Order: sequence, then C-alpha cells, then structure tokens
Amino acid sequence: MLDDRYAVVHKLYPYERSADQDAGVEAHHPVVIIGGGPVGMATALDLGLQGIATLVLDDHEGVGEGSRAICFAKRTLEICDRLGCGDPMVDKGVVWNLGKVFHGTDRVFDFNLLPEGGHRRPAFINLQQPYFEKFLVDRIRAAQADGAPIEIRGKNRVEELDVRDDGASLNIATPDGSYAITADWVLACDGAGSPTRKALDLGFEGKVFQDSFLIADVRMTADFPTERWFWFEPPFRGAGDSALLHKQPDDIWRIDFQIGWDVDRKTELQEDRIRARIDAMLGEGVNYELVWTSIYTFQCRRMSSFRQGRVLFVGDSAHQVSPFGARGCNGGVQDADNIAWKLAAVLKGDAPETLIDSYDVERGAAADENIRNSTRSTDFITPKSEQSRIFRNAVLQLSRQHDFARPFVNSGRLSQPCIYDGSGLNTPDSLPDGPDGTRPGAPAPDAPWADGFLLNRLGNGFALLVIRCDAPAINDLPVVQIDAPGPELAARYLGDAVSAIYLIRPDQHVAARWSTATSEQIAAAHMRAQGKECA
Amino acid sequence: MRMSALITTRNVDRPDDAYDLLLTAHEGLSKEESDALNARLILTLINHIGDLDVLREALEVARA
Repeated sequence: MLDDRYAVVHKLYPYERSADQDAGVEAHHPVVIIGGGPVGMATALDLGLQGIATLVLDDHEGVGEGSRAICFAKRTLEICDRLGCGDPMVDKGVVWNLGKVFHGTDRVFDFNLLPEGGHRRPAFINLQQPYFEKFLVDRIRAAQADGAPIEIRGKNRVEELDVRDDGASLNIATPDGSYAITADWVLACDGAGSPTRKALDLGFEGKVFQDSFLIADVRMTADFPTERWFWFEPPFRGAGDSALLHKQPDDIWRIDFQIGWDVDRKTELQEDRIRARIDAMLGEGVNYELVWTSIYTFQCRRMSSFRQGRVLFVGDSAHQVSPFGARGCNGGVQDADNIAWKLAAVLKGDAPETLIDSYDVERGAAADENIRNSTRSTDFITPKSEQSRIFRNAVLQLSRQHDFARPFVNSGRLSQPCIYDGSGLNTPDSLPDGPDGTRPGAPAPDAPWADGFLLNRLGNGFALLVIRCDAPAINDLPVVQIDAPGPELAARYLGDAVSAIYLIRPDQHVAARWSTATSEQIAAAHMRAQGKECA
Repeated sequence: MRMSALITTRNVDRPDDAYDLLLTAHEGLSKEESDALNARLILTLINHIGDLDVLREALEVARA
C-alpha cells in the first residue's frame, strides 16, 4: 500500500487529511507537482512566490536519508538566493578549493581551483541533499506564512493519471483511502524512475553508459583535510575504476567507489567488506564511523520531449546523467528555474501556452549538454577501448611533470549552466563589442554592485539592466540603472562596449542586449521573450 | 571561406633527421611502451598546436 520506500530523516510534511478528501466533488488545482524532492520543492516555491496556487504530492512524509547529491554549483545557489534560501545552504555547506589526483598508488598532481572573484556565491558547495531539501521546505513554510499559496501533502501517492488536452485527472492514494482531483498542469518531479513517465508509457532513450557506485558516508573521529581526492584505477582491493573522497558538513566524508555494473548488491553492502575497502583507502589507524551506505546505479538518457500535453517532466524524470560533474540535481534545479516563470506567465494570462514549448527546447539543449559532458567524464574515467585507455594513461603520465597536460584530466567537470543559444525567446545580439559570456541566452553572471551583488537586485520578474546610458521610457519593466560599473561588472557586461542595455528574464538569463535601444526595440524583445512572437 | 589552418605544404627542413628522431625514440620499446610514447607525443603536440581547427584538419589528412 503506502509503505515507505526509504527511511525519512526529516519528517517535514506528515500526512494530514485534506478538505479535498471530504469535498464530495473533485477539487481543482492549477498546478500539481508530483514528487517533493529538491526539484519539486524548488518549482513549488518559485510558483508560490509568484502567487500561483501549487499543490505538491509526495508519497513520503519528509526528506529521505542519504547524502546523495552533494555538490551544489554557484548557479544553483544563485537560484536559491532568488528564491530566498541561499544563505542557509551556504552557511551549512562546505567550500573547498584544494584537491589531489591519484593514479594507482601514485599522486599525479595537486590543484587549487582559485575561483573567479566578484561573485557573491562560491563556485560550489558540498552539502548533503537532505539539508538542501530541508532548507527549501523551511523556505516554503516561511513563504506560506506570508501568504504564498503552496500546499504540501505527505503520504499522497498518485495512483492514476488521466491526461486531457486541457488538463489532467489524478487519483491519489492516502492512508485514509483514495480521492481524486483535477489539475490544469501536472509537473512530474518524481525522479529517474518516474512512475508518471512509466504510467504514460513514455520512452527514456539514449543509454550510453551503465555503472554503479558504492557510496559510504563516514564520520571521521580525527582531523582530515578538507580536500577532494580522486583516484584513477585505485590501488585498494577491488575498488573498481575510480574512487572519490569528498568533505561534507558535520565531519562527514563522502566516499564513492565505482564498482562496475554487474555487482552483487547484498555482498558489496556487507559492512566488513565496505570497511575493508575504506581501510585500504584511508590507510592504517584512521578511525571512522559508517553513517550511511548505498549502491547507486545510473544511466545516461533522456526523454525525447519533456512536455506531454499538460504534463511536464522536470529534473531526473526527464533526463539522467552520470554523477561526474554534479549535473543531476544542479540541472534539475535549473529546469525548475526555467519552467516556473513560464508556467506562472501562462497561468496569469500574460503569455500564450506555446511559451511552455520553449521549456522543452531550452532544457532539452541543456540536458544534451549535461549528458555530453558527463559522458566525456565517464569516457576518461572508464576508458571504453584500448586506445582510449592508452590516451587516458598518457594524460595522467604527462600530468605528473607537466602542467599543460592537467587540463585534459577529466574526473568530472564543474557543473556550468547552459547558454540557450538558438532559443526562439532570444532577440539577436545587438551589442557587437559585448562579452561572449553575456550574449542572449546566457545566464546573467553575478558581479559586485553598490554595497552588494548584481543578481540580488534583479528580482523575480523581467528586468532591464541599463549601463552607462539612459533608459528609454518603459512602462512595465523595473530598471536597474548602473552609471559607474565596477571592474568585474564592466568586464562581464560591457567588454569593449561603451554602454549597454540588457533585458533579463525572470530566470536571470539574458533575453536581449543592445548598445542603446528604443522603447519599441525593448518592447519587441520583451514580447518575444514571453513567446508572443514566433521568430 | 576560411583559410586552411593546417600547413599542408612542405615544412620540415631536414625530413630524414625528423623521421630518424621518431624511429630512434621507439628503439627497444615494447609495443605497449611505443603506444604509450605515441600517445604522449600526440598530446604534447596537440598542446603545442592549441588550435582545434588545425587538429580537425590534421585528423582529416590522417584519416584519408
């Protein structure tokens, strides 16, 4: 029936009987989100903050155990800032810059990431996924108290989904029996194994890689450095193709052993066997406590379309990547960032329903990019041919002595947000001397501004960023006027240009930019970015 | 049309010496050691070239 599939560590939304169950008629909801993981909660929060009534259905009563996604990239933290929950994430998270790369028993090189300055948030933080989810729910509770129309129903499992052209009917199981509701839109945020995707019999294509990871969270009882250690072909007994040691909050280190596809889960999860691997990795005399262990399998694949009429697939339900490069949860939160403002605009009648199709176009391109990058990492970590292994080992051999070879070493590239080149929402670039990194489609980079940072000034809607020129009269757009940009802001938004006007979307991506612009040009770009003009 | 990035005209002053350097480097190596040496050499030269267009054109020449 409604048995838990995993242990809940933070019981944040215990089952309560809702009025819908006693209504006698099917209650109607504009937006129903299936799945209360990080992607579902981020989407619900974003929609709720924009005044859209949103119902989250989760078949558990809170956050599941296990560190799972542990690397949250700067773009994700910036999205959290926009949603009002960046601070608890960064306060709790671990920032690291130092790392070591090993090949077998040899230390190949050490590195320092030396992140680019002038950003409010670090390149990424390490944080256990349960904390990330809890901070999102905490923020939802605060937003609810301020009137945001978000509702979370725990122990509510969708049993049947009937999709029509203009909405869907859902049948929901609870501990008190089942009830039915209708919805205008359904967002499937129910993970890689998405029951929604399976119920609709939709494909999940493009399998290119299969592997599994033995994951262990250990609490160290002595000092251990806050560094990322990565082994290619680790020397410890039966460790597999790679191993990773990573610091998390609460004195916990995450250890990943890549152990291949065809393994016996039960055998590999025996404590003495896990301890033997870890002892060999950490060396003699290191005391630790096993906090959580799991075997995680993955494939690289995606749905051919993330939209199925009024059902939208968001996060892992739509696409799955290898864990190298932390593109799963970060990509999913960017999906949420992309769909929420579009759905809100359509539901408010500000944009045509076709705007939703741009979600599939833009995030489909992002999924392809994420799959491509994570596939390249797996190709380096687990060479698929003799020649591939020869080149990989040559890179590692050269890297011991020569810095020039180190950029070829690929143990997972840092998750970067996708630039939506070619999106129909973009207006062609009219800032010819502007920096490449802020071209139409790009996420607006942060930069110091006034007493704080630029991104925090952009708000939750469209905004006009006006640098070193006068803004033409625009009725419906807030203007951020910058007459004296600092060096980082000038480098990122002006380049060789003397002045610039940027139209920034609600998800902080650049929709259009000009050296100077008329009201008409800006209005046309604003229309286009809301899907009101077909390019 | 973009100019060809790869030099495809004669460009080595002393071709016999260049060829000899290559063969000498492989003398006495096993097949495995030679493969590894070639791979390190290719990667080192790719870094020297830097330009992906040159690499693409060189691969076209090598494949033909």
